[in-house]
Amino acid sequence: MFDLYQSQRAQRRMRNAAMDRGVIAILDVGSTKIACLVLRFDGVDPSGGRDGVGALAGQSRFRVIGAATTRSRGVAFGEIEAMAETERAIRTVVSGAQKMAQVRVDHVIACLSGGRPRSYGLDSQINLTETPISEQDVARALAACDAPDLGEGREVLHAQPVNFAIDHRSGLSDPRGQTGNRLATDMHLLSVDGGVVANLIHCIKRCDLELAGLASSAYAAGIAALVEDEQELGAACIDMGGGATGVSIFLRKHMIYSDSVRIGGDHVTSDISKGLQIAPHQAERIKTFHGGVVATGLDDREMIEIGGETGDWEHDRRQVSRAEVIGVMRPRLEEIFEEVRAKLDAAGFEHLPSQQIVLTGGGSQVPGLEGLASRILGQQIRLGRPLRVQGLPQAATGPAFAAAVGLCLFAAYPQDEWWDFELPAPSTAGRSLRRAVRWFRDNW
Amino acid sequence: MWPLTRRNAAGRSDPSPSRTAYKINRLLLSPLFRGTVKLGLPLAAMAALGGWIWVDEARRTLLTDIYHEARRSIEQRPEFSVRMLAVDGASPALAQEVRQTLMLDLPISSFDLELDKMRADIETLNPVATAQLQVRQGGVLQIQIEERSPVALWRTPAGELWTIDVTGHPIRLALRRADFPGMPLLSGEGADSAIQEGLAVLNAAAPLGDRVRGLKRRGERRWDVVLDRSQVIQLPDAAEGRDPVTALQRLIARDKAQDLFARDITIFDMRLPERPTLRLSQAATQEMLRIRSLESGGTP
Repeated sequence: MFDLYQSQRAQRRMRNAAMDRGVIAILDVGSTKIACLVLRFDGVDPSGGRDGVGALAGQSRFRVIGAATTRSRGVAFGEIEAMAETERAIRTVVSGAQKMAQVRVDHVIACLSGGRPRSYGLDSQINLTETPISEQDVARALAACDAPDLGEGREVLHAQPVNFAIDHRSGLSDPRGQTGNRLATDMHLLSVDGGVVANLIHCIKRCDLELAGLASSAYAAGIAALVEDEQELGAACIDMGGGATGVSIFLRKHMIYSDSVRIGGDHVTSDISKGLQIAPHQAERIKTFHGGVVATGLDDREMIEIGGETGDWEHDRRQVSRAEVIGVMRPRLEEIFEEVRAKLDAAGFEHLPSQQIVLTGGGSQVPGLEGLASRILGQQIRLGRPLRVQGLPQAATGPAFAAAVGLCLFAAYPQDEWWDFELPAPSTAGRSLRRAVRWFRDNW
Repeated sequence: MWPLTRRNAAGRSDPSPSRTAYKINRLLLSPLFRGTVKLGLPLAAMAALGGWIWVDEARRTLLTDIYHEARRSIEQRPEFSVRMLAVDGASPALAQEVRQTLMLDLPISSFDLELDKMRADIETLNPVATAQLQVRQGGVLQIQIEERSPVALWRTPAGELWTIDVTGHPIRLALRRADFPGMPLLSGEGADSAIQEGLAVLNAAAPLGDRVRGLKRRGERRWDVVLDRSQVIQLPDAAEGRDPVTALQRLIARDKAQDLFARDITIFDMRLPERPTLRLSQAATQEMLRIRSLESGGTP
């Protein structure tokens, strides 16, 4: 865990170096598509912002100058299964985005949707010896969290302090400078499979890129698709990707829970392919053009040419009604939502003050999906699109790019993580000198 | 699962750039390398080429020869050759003089003509006031000359006789006074520089008709009008604020009243116009003394 702390600190340094150079790339390695955005930071920190959020929701600092997308290869369930193929796909998008931006990028922030994320809520308490509370005390409180047993080969992806309490006052966002006897913190820790992270890092290294940050794609989609009051009052973002569906729950502008369901849009496609006996790419086409979840009487009469390339005339001229396609898609989507329901129940989502659910990701574009979701998940459902970002091409503004846009915001304003605080140094020369100075001040 | 050992399976086109292409692409996008390739390399190549030519005398001369040859071949084209010289606005004698001055060896390329120098040469000729040179279409070098017109004769202190124009510029050497009977004669040192004033005086002396022989500049500051019968009118100095023309007009007016010029007077001194002074001739002086003594009761 200590060397992960160091490697995460190294990523933070990389991010700062990239900010100095002003150019950073965003890489979303998904199961369906791989997207790369190139951001240019102008270094102007907009003043006049409130609550740490600048003008234009903090986006005025950067601009998207390059964007490229390619069909992903060698990725399944959000995890890399063929390294060389994935590396080639990453090379394709990175060179495409570089070509559009006409600038070379060396630093990349990536996101991860697979790896079986697991959330842990940690808390700790320390007694304060000196007041006011300094950053050292916060670091000490975070370090006092007793680490859970993550399991074999699992790594920490996020470790974000979400709450501070001093004595009996809870819900503080920044305890520094306050006075009290006891400092308690709550920390949200997200662990993922270490091998999946290592594969992704290796692929990125093979493309001569430096990793400047790593985030969970459910988290990134949440900060892009949820509006501020939803993040404040409690909401769940369901990022319906190709290979996995990510769930993240936000409360008081912090992610407090994240999980993923290993079913996604690719499974719907494969169901159509199997059910109608057609090739996967034709199944994908039928899903995107004619897909739906609620069948009506009209759909029984709407016949779809499903095509084929076998050369058998009878086989290649088959037609199905749209109701049949819907009949294939609906059970799978219901299964996804039931799995998501189980995750939300496990997380205690019903106890949140507001139980808004936001569907985003490429899979959320099926017509009528929110009606289906509201029957399974709850009444407050909406379809979420990512925030609008300066310079983003029109083609990349759809819900499928929620994670990529969220990574842009993550790059501009990263959440404080455990490794952003210096490790507490219990006995240093500086501290004893300070103590001596205080003794002098108290006694003279 | 696809075959793991087969590289670049036939029939499967890969849209992704190869590792080398990707690296080269990234290298080309890095600012320093890009600047080196786009600006540094061409400059270095040009410098190397220049140095390679410069170090060897033979290559250098070869290059200059090629340059001069090319330049020569362009200059020798018939479009640029000047075949005719036209002198306009000059008398035939002056035109001949201009041709001799230029000494052009026609036909000649217009690149070899130095029009400014030729113009300066032509304008050094005394009779030429201004000259305009122009190479016109059809290979004609046209010289437009404005000739000076003589207004007076000037006898220099060295004794030469010159025709001069209104600016006092000498035009031609005159061999004899009789060749220019209608022109007034100016003489004395500095007469050429005060020609305007002299002409004004001559104009004022027009009522005297052909009695005027000429003007003589005295001490480079004032004029004497020389009449026949050795009579001289001394005029004041214009630089001292006394107008010689007015002085002369007053004297002429007095002559009309008292018939002065017909008398036996040698010098009419108007140098101080408010106090004109006359000098009688020798004989007239004695005659006057004699008459005075008679009047005073002396013996004749």
